[in-house]
Amino acid sequence: MEILVCVKRVPDTSENEIELNSAGNDIDRDDLVYSVNEWDNYAVEEALQIVDKVGGSVTVVSVGDEETEEVLRREMAMGAEKGLLLSDDAFEEADGRGIATALKAAVDKGNYDLILTGAQADDGAGQVGGMLAAMLDVPFASLVNTIEVDGDKLKVGREIEGGNQEMHEVSLPCVLSIQTGINEPRYVGIRGIRKVASVEIPTMGAGDLGLDVPAAKVKRLDYFLPDMGEGAEMLEGSTEEIIDKLVELLKAKGGLK
Amino acid sequence: MEPALLSPAAFKFFHIPTALFALLIPLVGTGVFVFIMKRRLAPLLKAAPDNRFNRPLARLWRVLKIWLAQWRQPRYRMAGVIHIFIFAGFLVLSIRSTTLVFLGFWPGFTIPGFGGALGHAYNIFKDYAATWVLIACVIAAVRRGIFKPERYAVPKHYGKDHTGEAVFVLALISTLMISESLFEATLAAAQIQELQPAEFVAPGTLAWMFRNMLVDTPIVQLQSMHITAYFIHDLTFFFFLCFLPLGKHFHVITSIFNVYFMRLARGNIKPVKYGVSEAQLDDLESFGVKKFEDFTWKHMLDFYSCADCGRCSDNCPANAVKRPLSPRFISIKGRDYAFANYPLSGADVVKAEDYQLIGDIYSEDEIWSCTTCGACEQECPLGIEYIDKIVDLRRGMVDEGNVPQSLQKPLRALEKRGNPWGKMEKKRGDWVKEIADDVPVKRFEKGESAEVLYFVDSISSFDDRMQSIAQATARILAKAGIDFGILGKLEKDSGNEVRRFGEEMLFQDLKSQNTEAILEAGIKKIVTADPHAFNALRKDYDNLPPVEHISQVICKQIKAGRLSLTGTNGDGKVYTYHDPCYLGRHNQLYDDPRRVLDAIPGLTRVEMLRSGDRSFCCGGGGLMLFYEPEEEQRMGVLRVEMAARAGANVIVTACPFCLVNMEDAIKVAGLEGKMEAVDLCELVASHLAD
Repeated sequence: MEILVCVKRVPDTSENEIELNSAGNDIDRDDLVYSVNEWDNYAVEEALQIVDKVGGSVTVVSVGDEETEEVLRREMAMGAEKGLLLSDDAFEEADGRGIATALKAAVDKGNYDLILTGAQADDGAGQVGGMLAAMLDVPFASLVNTIEVDGDKLKVGREIEGGNQEMHEVSLPCVLSIQTGINEPRYVGIRGIRKVASVEIPTMGAGDLGLDVPAAKVKRLDYFLPDMGEGAEMLEGSTEEIIDKLVELLKAKGGLK
Repeated sequence: MEPALLSPAAFKFFHIPTALFALLIPLVGTGVFVFIMKRRLAPLLKAAPDNRFNRPLARLWRVLKIWLAQWRQPRYRMAGVIHIFIFAGFLVLSIRSTTLVFLGFWPGFTIPGFGGALGHAYNIFKDYAATWVLIACVIAAVRRGIFKPERYAVPKHYGKDHTGEAVFVLALISTLMISESLFEATLAAAQIQELQPAEFVAPGTLAWMFRNMLVDTPIVQLQSMHITAYFIHDLTFFFFLCFLPLGKHFHVITSIFNVYFMRLARGNIKPVKYGVSEAQLDDLESFGVKKFEDFTWKHMLDFYSCADCGRCSDNCPANAVKRPLSPRFISIKGRDYAFANYPLSGADVVKAEDYQLIGDIYSEDEIWSCTTCGACEQECPLGIEYIDKIVDLRRGMVDEGNVPQSLQKPLRALEKRGNPWGKMEKKRGDWVKEIADDVPVKRFEKGESAEVLYFVDSISSFDDRMQSIAQATARILAKAGIDFGILGKLEKDSGNEVRRFGEEMLFQDLKSQNTEAILEAGIKKIVTADPHAFNALRKDYDNLPPVEHISQVICKQIKAGRLSLTGTNGDGKVYTYHDPCYLGRHNQLYDDPRRVLDAIPGLTRVEMLRSGDRSFCCGGGGLMLFYEPEEEQRMGVLRVEMAARAGANVIVTACPFCLVNMEDAIKVAGLEGKMEAVDLCELVASHLAD
């Protein structure tokens, strides 16, 4: 099975202290470190596991600048055979629809049976997967947490609010957005990245893809840390006092009778 | 004069000279033994290289001390003393046994030099040796068979009990002792009956008892007993020889080699592959141990040498809290693998592709459970090592991408930010801000220079609680008038655990960044308060200026009169010192921290039962803080309870990781208010006299 996994380079929220820039319209990017969007790691791992079972190959694609090559290499160090970088000034201001348009063009250039994306990105809106499927006119399932290959069909499980599980049958080709927890992504160290350091990663611009990237219809206006709400009340005192206050509060609000 | 009894070399059994059997048994026995040993060597010849032929004098000293003098045996008093008696008896009786083998077909054979007075003296001595060995065997058998000390038990998932084999071997040894004594006693009894000058039999010995019992037995019977005893001894001897390499008694043969080749250095980690320099690491196809033959030959010899005494596991903190690790079974499973796949008959078994050392022999959790505290290696009377094996297995798993999710985040953060929490590099030196008014700390990152570098390492730099250790250290250094500075954002994690968790390339990266920053700073000495950094800088880095732990510095400064400490003013507290593994066992610093404590006037200090080189790991440092082990309780809780049993209410340690684990454990054990933990630096800083 030929699988394409769409990945994104994002500021690593777990390893950064996110602060606003002085203009207040973006985060301060001076001291940021970037990594692969967490969900995408799961998607790549899942693709690799599918290929381990049924054969085929995994290609990773990303829309970004030359620094994005670093995350493609990391995913290739996990075991993805090929990488593809879509890079063009025209993509820089693109919104979700623009990114999906670029990815669609890349998909059309290849011959993929299955396309995986992360369910969302740390800094995104969780819209690219669905848009890409619509543009390609193929089936789409979101928040997938199990995949079973069954001939030219897939059985996929989705996580439903409240801890429920839903099973679907999807015919190939299709697009799936992958939820974390579907697997345990393998570790990639410096050694793994060095091993794929010299593998050529082709870069394609808007021209190569024969694309006219649509102007962004969604623009970011503001970016800020919300003010601390007043919903929470910290109870203070000894354990006994806290318990007493809590019981009192619960009674007052009708939680206890 | 006719001999009182015919020797086996002269006797005939139904007209067949028994000398023939006496010649055949050793020939066949030795042949089988050589064959078995050849098979046992087979995996070692396919193993990874190991550099164990250096420093012959140091190695010889280990053999004299640990093998010949059985130095580590009495750490377990009863078992140790029994073993020393059996071992010493074996050494003494090896001469007698060799003589006996030849006597069977070579009348009157004596080993050169043992003909005269020396021979007589030896005879008396070996009679006592045989006697004490028999007594020791009986005690040992009663101990193993009836009292069954807990550490010999085999948990169900590790297979069946080993008591049978142990008692069987004790029976074999006893048979050897009895038949040897009987062989001698029958002759002596006959000589007395024939009024010949009898060989002197030492009073009170087994041979002496037999002789007294047999003085009235008819010569014919004595003759047949004499020959029978000889052949029982001969057969048992060669059976035993060939039985040794089939189980845990292989150590009788391998121990001298295993001790000669044992680890000499402490606290260090073996290179990924001997003979491959750090610069050549990138060229290696594979890292670490993924299949059995990736172990070094010494590590395989370790497997063969394990005597199943259980001392390693008895001291293993992971085993104590029921993590899925018992070092004893790392060895036993390795040995069983070698025996099964390099069988005595048939070809070597080449395992299928899908066969995994991790998964089929060892489990992932088993290998990640080790805190590398070194208690097992400290204890092993045979010089078996575990840390390097564990690290090599981890290297193999890391290379396959097989790393627990709980460790992947801190490893990624270490790669990106140089610390496992992913905190910003520029905030590494922020802990100085709080003390900036009264303690000046120079910053090499800002171009300042100083004589001494204080290497803080990640936890004391970033952890809110542990920053207090860094601040206390700075305060002490300043008070002693030492010209020091810190690297700030130029400092990266020392990587002690990064290396020990098998991420060698990341370690190499951290090491080269730190080395460059340290050399750039142009300092003369490095001081650290973190034993893990202390160990890494001393053992894993090269060409650095000398490294000292803060306890050494404080000790020297007190002695030189540059630091003086105020008293406890009868605070009524009882202090105990917990030896951090990387300060104590791995770096042999036991006394300096205690001297520092004793320099505080009026301080009451008690020792825990487990202290010094038997200290009990707090739960592990570095990446171990992030790992989520399967365990029934925390090591720290056990440790805190040990302190309470010693009558202490303050645990002083000298390692930030120990402090994290102790403080957590005090809460978990419900001892808040009754027990406190403090770092040596914090304690000293609070007792600095003006």
